[in-house]
Amino acid sequence: MIHRFVLAGSALLLATAALAASPIADRQAIMKSFGGATKPLAAMLKGEKPFSLDEVKKSLAVYAEGNAKFVTLFPAGSDKGEKTEASPKIWSDAAGFKAANEKFKTEIAAAEMAIKDEASFKATIPALLKNCGACHEAYRLKD
Amino acid sequence: MRRLISPLLLAAVLGTAAFFISTRPEAYSALRGDHALEPTRARDVENGKTLFNAGGCASCHAAPDDESRTKLSGGKPLVTPFGIFNPPNISSDTKDGIGQWTEAQFIRAMREGVSPEGKHYYPAFPYTSYRGLSPDDVADLFAYLKTLPAAEGKAPVHDLAFPYSIRQGVGLWKLLYLSGTVIAPDAKQSLEWNQGHYLVETAGHCAECHSPRNALGAIIADKRFSGGPNPEGKGRAPNLTQDTTGLASWSEDDIVTLLKDGFTPDYDSVGGSMSEVVRNTASLSDQDRQAMAIYLKSLAPIAGEARAPK
Repeated sequence: MIHRFVLAGSALLLATAALAASPIADRQAIMKSFGGATKPLAAMLKGEKPFSLDEVKKSLAVYAEGNAKFVTLFPAGSDKGEKTEASPKIWSDAAGFKAANEKFKTEIAAAEMAIKDEASFKATIPALLKNCGACHEAYRLKD
Repeated sequence: MRRLISPLLLAAVLGTAAFFISTRPEAYSALRGDHALEPTRARDVENGKTLFNAGGCASCHAAPDDESRTKLSGGKPLVTPFGIFNPPNISSDTKDGIGQWTEAQFIRAMREGVSPEGKHYYPAFPYTSYRGLSPDDVADLFAYLKTLPAAEGKAPVHDLAFPYSIRQGVGLWKLLYLSGTVIAPDAKQSLEWNQGHYLVETAGHCAECHSPRNALGAIIADKRFSGGPNPEGKGRAPNLTQDTTGLASWSEDDIVTLLKDGFTPDYDSVGGSMSEVVRNTASLSDQDRQAMAIYLKSLAPIAGEARAPK
């Protein structure tokens, strides 16, 4: 019984190590989580879904968590492989890339403070979502 | 021996002459142009601005550092398999730009790909699509361009591989691949469909990237809109037809959202050149975006080359 736990435990460790060893997969997973978090926000903006402050907070938390890790996932050498669409500009213009991430971070924090109801939600989120396209235009290759 | 040389020599001389004559811009105008070059109504600058946005002029011609996207002194080089194209200055500057052009010269440039000096433009300037614009719309665009500031600066000359470097050869290409006709409305279709058809096929020039091309760089007609290689290198421009590898699962609303905010149905946000396109389409009216979506949803399915899995 104990053996089995140890085995399962080491398998888990190995799997985690494999994941951590692939910054490309990690950063793509973060981008996917952003897509998932944006979907309900967009539906609420379009009035296809009733406004829910809880859900908005959840989405903003996904952004904040992903944003904190994101910039650390572009080590030297991770510009190629695994179908990455990362632009070489991320490395050649590292300062600009970092600034774009910082800008998003600041605006997420501001949105968390500002959004209290549907009106403040509608006034804040469209500008926040502009960060996606702005950063992709500069730092993601054509998809 | 002499008897053999003279016919060969004669053929070579005639062949060369035929090449130079048939590749002259005048030959194209006579054989393929539809001569619908005269505007018929007063200029509408607002409409010109819409066409400027729909046509994505700023994407290639605006100075790269210009946030307003109205300083049209020439943009980033376009790196293609044929070589490097440097988009020229189309600002109202009289020396470096098109400030001295007449309206007729501008219409001819947009619809026949010919410069005021009578030189062929390379089809990297998508006159293959713009030729479908009515002379009135092109004249409106010209009127709008005139309202934008003059900006100095000449783009470097193109840097192309042989044989593409022979500009005169473009004349032959035009005879083969450039239709001279204005897009005509289809009476069997709705007003919105026709509006979308016009925007997508002319100013929007969507097919230029979203279609495969043959060895001579012309769009393969029966594969139009089925997706193409990114002309600037990596990746593919996706299939826009109603195939399962295309937009079959997209609703009209999904397409409108992409054109307005740059989000796919999964809320992935498009990157690279398409985000540049979205900056243009975001400036259009909701009605125009809706019309484009209606037209795109009407494209018959054509299987495209599959995109690389994510």
